[in-house]
Amino acid sequence: MHRLVSAVIPMLAALAAFACAAIILLALGANPFEGFRAMYTGAFGSVDRLSATAVRAVPLVLVGAGISISFRASVINIGGEGQIIAGALLSTVTALALPGLPPIILIPLVLFAGLVGGGIWGAVPGVLKAYASVNEILSTIMLNIVAVQFMNYMLRSPLIDPLEIERGTRIPQTERLSDNAALPTLISGTRFNLGVPVAVAAAVGAYFLLWRTPLGFRLRAVGHSPDAARAAGIPVERSVVSALALSGSLAGLAGAILVFGSEGQRMITDGSSAGFTGSAGFNGIVAALFGGLHPLWTIPSAYLFGGLITGANHLQRVLQVPAALAVTLNGIVVIFVVSSSKVRDRIGAILKARREFDHPANESTSSPPAEEVAAT
Amino acid sequence: MATDTDIPMLEMRGITKRFPGVLANDAVDLTVRSGEVHTLLGENGAGKSTLMKILFGLYQPDEGEIRLNGEAIEVESPSFAISHGIGMIHQHFMLVPTLTVAENVALGTRSTRWPLTDLPVVSRRVEEISEKFGLAIDPSIEVWKLAVGERQRVEIIKALYRDARLLVLDEPTAVLTPQEVEEFFGILNEMRSSGHGLIFISHKLREVVAISDEITVLRNGRVTGHTTPAESDRQQLATMMVGREVSLAPDRPEIEPGDSRLVIRNLVVESDRGTTAVDGLDLDVRAGEIVGIAGVSGNGQRELAEVIAGLRDARAGSSVQVNGVEVVGQGARLSRDAGLAYVPEERMRDGAIGDFTVSENLVLVDHGSEEFSRRGLLRFGMIRSHSQELVDRFNVKTPGLDTTTSSLSGGNIQKLILARELASGPTVLLAAQPTRGVDIGAAEYIHAQIIEQRGAGAAALVVSEDLDELLAIADRIAVMFEGRIIGIVEIEDATRETLGLMMAGIHEGSPA
Ligand SMILES: Nc1ncnc2c1ncn2[C@@H]1O[C@H](COP(=O)(O)OP(=O)(O)OP(=O)(O)O)[C@@H](O)[C@H]1O
Ligand SMILES: [Mg+2]
Repeated sequence: MHRLVSAVIPMLAALAAFACAAIILLALGANPFEGFRAMYTGAFGSVDRLSATAVRAVPLVLVGAGISISFRASVINIGGEGQIIAGALLSTVTALALPGLPPIILIPLVLFAGLVGGGIWGAVPGVLKAYASVNEILSTIMLNIVAVQFMNYMLRSPLIDPLEIERGTRIPQTERLSDNAALPTLISGTRFNLGVPVAVAAAVGAYFLLWRTPLGFRLRAVGHSPDAARAAGIPVERSVVSALALSGSLAGLAGAILVFGSEGQRMITDGSSAGFTGSAGFNGIVAALFGGLHPLWTIPSAYLFGGLITGANHLQRVLQVPAALAVTLNGIVVIFVVSSSKVRDRIGAILKARREFDHPANESTSSPPAEEVAAT
Repeated sequence: MATDTDIPMLEMRGITKRFPGVLANDAVDLTVRSGEVHTLLGENGAGKSTLMKILFGLYQPDEGEIRLNGEAIEVESPSFAISHGIGMIHQHFMLVPTLTVAENVALGTRSTRWPLTDLPVVSRRVEEISEKFGLAIDPSIEVWKLAVGERQRVEIIKALYRDARLLVLDEPTAVLTPQEVEEFFGILNEMRSSGHGLIFISHKLREVVAISDEITVLRNGRVTGHTTPAESDRQQLATMMVGREVSLAPDRPEIEPGDSRLVIRNLVVESDRGTTAVDGLDLDVRAGEIVGIAGVSGNGQRELAEVIAGLRDARAGSSVQVNGVEVVGQGARLSRDAGLAYVPEERMRDGAIGDFTVSENLVLVDHGSEEFSRRGLLRFGMIRSHSQELVDRFNVKTPGLDTTTSSLSGGNIQKLILARELASGPTVLLAAQPTRGVDIGAAEYIHAQIIEQRGAGAAALVVSEDLDELLAIADRIAVMFEGRIIGIVEIEDATRETLGLMMAGIHEGSPA
């Protein structure tokens, strides 16, 4: 029964979010029911829209699955944005360097480059946390900013399309990348490409990793109790680095898919991080929380959030409401979901385990474990 | 008013409590009078803590009634219990370390000068209570500066400050040194003579015999007997509790010790506070022998154990070899790979993961071995059958292998950890307080297991504050005082008295 309640609560949170959205639509002079219908059709109304939503969901699934891994190890990764960019850059460079390879080799190679790029960008805060006690929430956020500026530099100078310099337009983008690296479309006439099954497979892989492998066992052990893990001979520091590197690599894979699954088939920046990632690095966290930090539940959860985005875009076009409404709706849902009690408990549990990591047994050596505040 | 002696302070009648897969309390009756120390005795998982949590309003009973001074009450919450004069001292203290004693006591009570605080008033009353019951606590000191025994007294003050007349003490002595236990009993005697009702839980029969007026024995959630120390001695109590004869002195066959497996030379270790905790210690433990480390806690035993286990670094020049492998500062994995098994003192923090299942905790150390993982995947079949075998062999009381470990009773968690560590067939066994909190039957089994490892050629180092335990199983007992071993006594020459003197730092020439 308890299980049922905890499953219903996020649903109620989502309903409340839609109630708020209805009020905003009314205030904008639009009919909320028409609005929601437009959203629904935009998100799930046809094979084409379903496919568009799936494509939208891909980076959310990947970031969300990665977040699930790191959070289970009690490491909070807010660096999805930077990791997506790092993965995209490395895969872009790979495609630029080896444009002639046949697709059967080049496609796996650029996806792998995405994993590596994101993995490195995740490992850096992991190393800083494990060996220098640098708070990873701060370092991952900062590295997001570094990644954006690095991307802007790379696309303005070393990687810029030579044509842009010739023409003097200087749009910060690469040349059109090798078609051999383009992710094939799987349902013709739609945007449903190879990235979708890759993302689903990655989420299933994350599930297997966490619950079926010794590495996942260690990550979860460290997440629950670093002290007990350490005493059992589990390398706590290395596990923290692994958790962030794995989490980052899934985000990096999302970056590669964003580049090679897009119609433009090139990497382009508008100077901001969201311009390239569509804020998937942040929204993926919410998708993961909504999915109970379980990689498999992250798949439907991400699909719903993907639908929210495609639906809101459609709504904006159909009802002629301001573009900002899409972002607003997304934000409202996020607020309600994050503040729902189930998600709060999850976060609470993580924070509790983190305290143990950050302050391993200091004073009062002979005291019994965990003195807690009474009656709170 | 009816005479106090007619109406008992507390009557619990027919209390029944079920958990998924467990009948924790089965129609339990308990009667406690004012001015008595009533002991609950029972094996791990017998339902003692559950009964007390029901009395304190932490659990609701499925059936049964509770009468306080003759009046039926429904204890819906701990605050209800407190307002009716019921206090509970939890084994894990509920104190804020950074606040003073008076501030901790004032927490959660209403100030007499609301909305302002009344700390001076609180301090004065704390002093009064402290004076009256011989607690010797300064209200203005911060809790983190206090020793474990003193913190416990703060908990008692908290209860008395809230006018508790009936006090539940769930394994209060488990974390105390023998001296602290003496002082603690002094306090209980004071409270008894001032007419408080006291419910005491302990697995140490010596203590139970010393302090109790009445003893109620629980087994498998049911009351199986009722007695007094005058009627039953330790041996009889043990039998009542376990339901069979228990040997308090295990068989220890004569063995000729072999080569040294654990060699410690010139070990110098700093404590967390930066003071020197271990100060130039040398020790050898040979194959086929059990060496006990006795000493008042805080004399470096914890630091010694942590260095051997690879969890703490030592000063340069120190050496600890496990089967010839130098392990100082190399991490726990290396110590374990060298053949060490480690039973940590703080089981809930270092020994097991509360949120993991029983079977996950049983493979916490060896999950990566050939046996339990192959080609990067865990082998659940092997893990389950291994876990089932350990649970059966060590008699860990659990509804299943997938039960969350934190829902087991305290003693059963300890048995789980021991099962894991002993089953690995260690060549060097390091056990800190191996039977703390476990019942007498389990302690017997654990001792037999340690002796069996010795028979199989393991070198065992057992750190314990329980002299009875060391006297029962050790071949030699080393006494630690201020970071050094001030003497090693062969078991034939060891008595409680000589060891007691050495623990106080008095040493009259090492016996030959
Ligand atoms: N919250 C809970 N959920 C499920 N089972 C529980 C819970 N609390 C206790 N139990 C079960 O109830 C039984 C009695 O547990 P209890 O803690 O009362 O034992 P105990 O007599 O205090 O043992 P110990 O001496 O080891 O402390 C055990 O089998 C335990 O696993
Ligand atoms: Mg108990």
